[in-house]
Amino acid sequence: MAYDKFNILTSSAVPLPIENVDTDQIIPARFLKATERKGFGDNLFRDWRYHPDGTPKEQFVLNNPIYSGKILVGGKNFGSGSSREHAAWAVYDYGFRCVVSSFFADIFRNNCLNIGVLPVQVSPEFLDKIFKAIEADPKAEFEVNLPEEKITILATGESEGFEINGYKKDNMLNGFDDIDYLLNIQDDIEKYAENTPL
Amino acid sequence: MSKTLFDKVWDSHVVKHIDNGPDVLFIDRHLVHEVTSPVAFLGLKNRGIKVLYPERTFATADHNTPTRNQHLPVKDPLSANQLRALEENANAHNIPYWGLGHEKNGIVHVIGPENGITVPGATIVCGDSHTSTHGAFGAIAFGIGTSEVEMVLSTQCIMQPKPKRLRINVNGELNKAVTPKDVALFIISKLSTSGATGYFVEYAGEVFKNMSMEGRMTVCNLSIEMGARGGMIAPDEKTFEYIKGREYTPKGKDWDAAMEYWKTLYSDEDAVFDKEVTFDANEIEPMITFGTNPGMGIGISKDIPLAETIDGSPATYKKSLEYMDYNEGEAMVGKPVDFVFLGSCTNGRIEDFRAFASIIKGRKKADNVTAWLVPGSHKVEEAIKNEGILNVLTEAGFELREPGCSACLAMNDDKIPAGKYAVSTSNRNFEGRQGPGARTLLASPLVAAAAAVTGKVTDPRELMQEEVLA
Repeated sequence: MAYDKFNILTSSAVPLPIENVDTDQIIPARFLKATERKGFGDNLFRDWRYHPDGTPKEQFVLNNPIYSGKILVGGKNFGSGSSREHAAWAVYDYGFRCVVSSFFADIFRNNCLNIGVLPVQVSPEFLDKIFKAIEADPKAEFEVNLPEEKITILATGESEGFEINGYKKDNMLNGFDDIDYLLNIQDDIEKYAENTPL
Repeated sequence: MSKTLFDKVWDSHVVKHIDNGPDVLFIDRHLVHEVTSPVAFLGLKNRGIKVLYPERTFATADHNTPTRNQHLPVKDPLSANQLRALEENANAHNIPYWGLGHEKNGIVHVIGPENGITVPGATIVCGDSHTSTHGAFGAIAFGIGTSEVEMVLSTQCIMQPKPKRLRINVNGELNKAVTPKDVALFIISKLSTSGATGYFVEYAGEVFKNMSMEGRMTVCNLSIEMGARGGMIAPDEKTFEYIKGREYTPKGKDWDAAMEYWKTLYSDEDAVFDKEVTFDANEIEPMITFGTNPGMGIGISKDIPLAETIDGSPATYKKSLEYMDYNEGEAMVGKPVDFVFLGSCTNGRIEDFRAFASIIKGRKKADNVTAWLVPGSHKVEEAIKNEGILNVLTEAGFELREPGCSACLAMNDDKIPAGKYAVSTSNRNFEGRQGPGARTLLASPLVAAAAAVTGKVTDPRELMQEEVLA
């Protein structure tokens, strides 16, 4: 499925300064029973966000109306654990287009890239500056510039570069996905397979 | 040029390299289950394409299945729908499907090796992070997301930047009651849950050489819990012996040809790793976790570390202990236990049931403990019966359930209630992993058995029976 193109995103951000946020927190397993990719945002961070009876936990950041935006900022080692792409779907479906952290788990990062959510890895120091900027002003805006591979705290003008491989960057800028690419080289794949016993 | 085991297998599967991008990696065998596949099949439908190589694809139902009354209709309509979707998709694409009740049904990472789908030198993927299990056979095996499942179904390839190489050596001999699970939990406690992110691990040294295939699977299974995409062990005689004659392994002259290749699968003497760590087996004791990620493990005789002594954010650490309702500095031994779960792709194989039985034999299940014993597959279940282990379990007051992932991720009814403590042989102690509000203590089957008969966290060494020690 081709996805939204990503170019420059300017938005406020939602802070979640917790380390090792695992994909079971992002979307608990009991919400993985769907056969279509719909509605996962409702259960994003379900057990941190709601009491067992379904009433919101007021202290959780997603329930605090002063925070909003298309950028989610998490602590180190964001997205560890299960390979469930549902976690990335939930992040996307809730409305985030970019996740910022000082370190990402591997599979979660790939899953994000595969659905058009940009994972931006910054230094621990810069992550700290982002959290401080949000603390100072919950409406503080950030610019995530994919063409220039740079994230900027607009209030202070401080910025930092981030890395993304050229192939994925091109995909995100154009809204292509990997299958588009692979279907295009199917002859090469079939030739390889012919020489590969089961 | 000298190469690592990982390089040999990876490089031989690259269909195409993209400059400043990923490799197009050919996948030999693709395992599919009900939870992470339906949206991928939907993607194929939307593109109007079929599965490219159904003969390289295998489907089973495990994550979302009941562990009781599998012969009856599945009660939960959402689960039933997901199982039906997998069956329909498998049929529509001519993929072998081993659903509920099928003799080959079981947890995807248990049945792969059992049926010889897992072989050395292969690339194996599945929409499940514990696919790393299959690395025990010298395969490159790793978990993928649903977009990638769709990729492999439609093109038999995946696009991945090549990970870096990490070798973990554990030398020496393991102490009494120290199992492969303890070795893995020990390594994770040293490296943390992100210590191996970006790497593919090779396990080397005497401890892994001497380990059974089941044990190697347990260790490789937990590679993802240190952040690594996968982990592998060079195949040896033990590996070849294990896979020989299984349904999907090569036969006759194909076997001979395969063996010739498999025997080249080891890291060359002067191969270079990006990182290497070495541990002494003697340092490892039976392990248990006290927090909410698998890196929060300690030797069972130790106290819960003080916040000031740990790496990482003290706030996150305290949040974790708060969830567990534990305090810094407390001993783990003696902590109350409400549930015991034996099973999962980590510890749901026959050797795990043998270990569990060795402790409970001649004892009784503690009254305050609810125990869920879930074999990894029907074949494991059959072995439990044939070896007389079922009798030992029954005499001690335990019940054996039917195969599946069960309480490891609690998608089915096997949920640990909020606030309760479970000693679990599974792989993740994340908040709510085993049910909303559930508190998980990860441990080996021996530690689980010790908890099951004493009703509290107990050092299994105290209960080891003479004949086991000899």
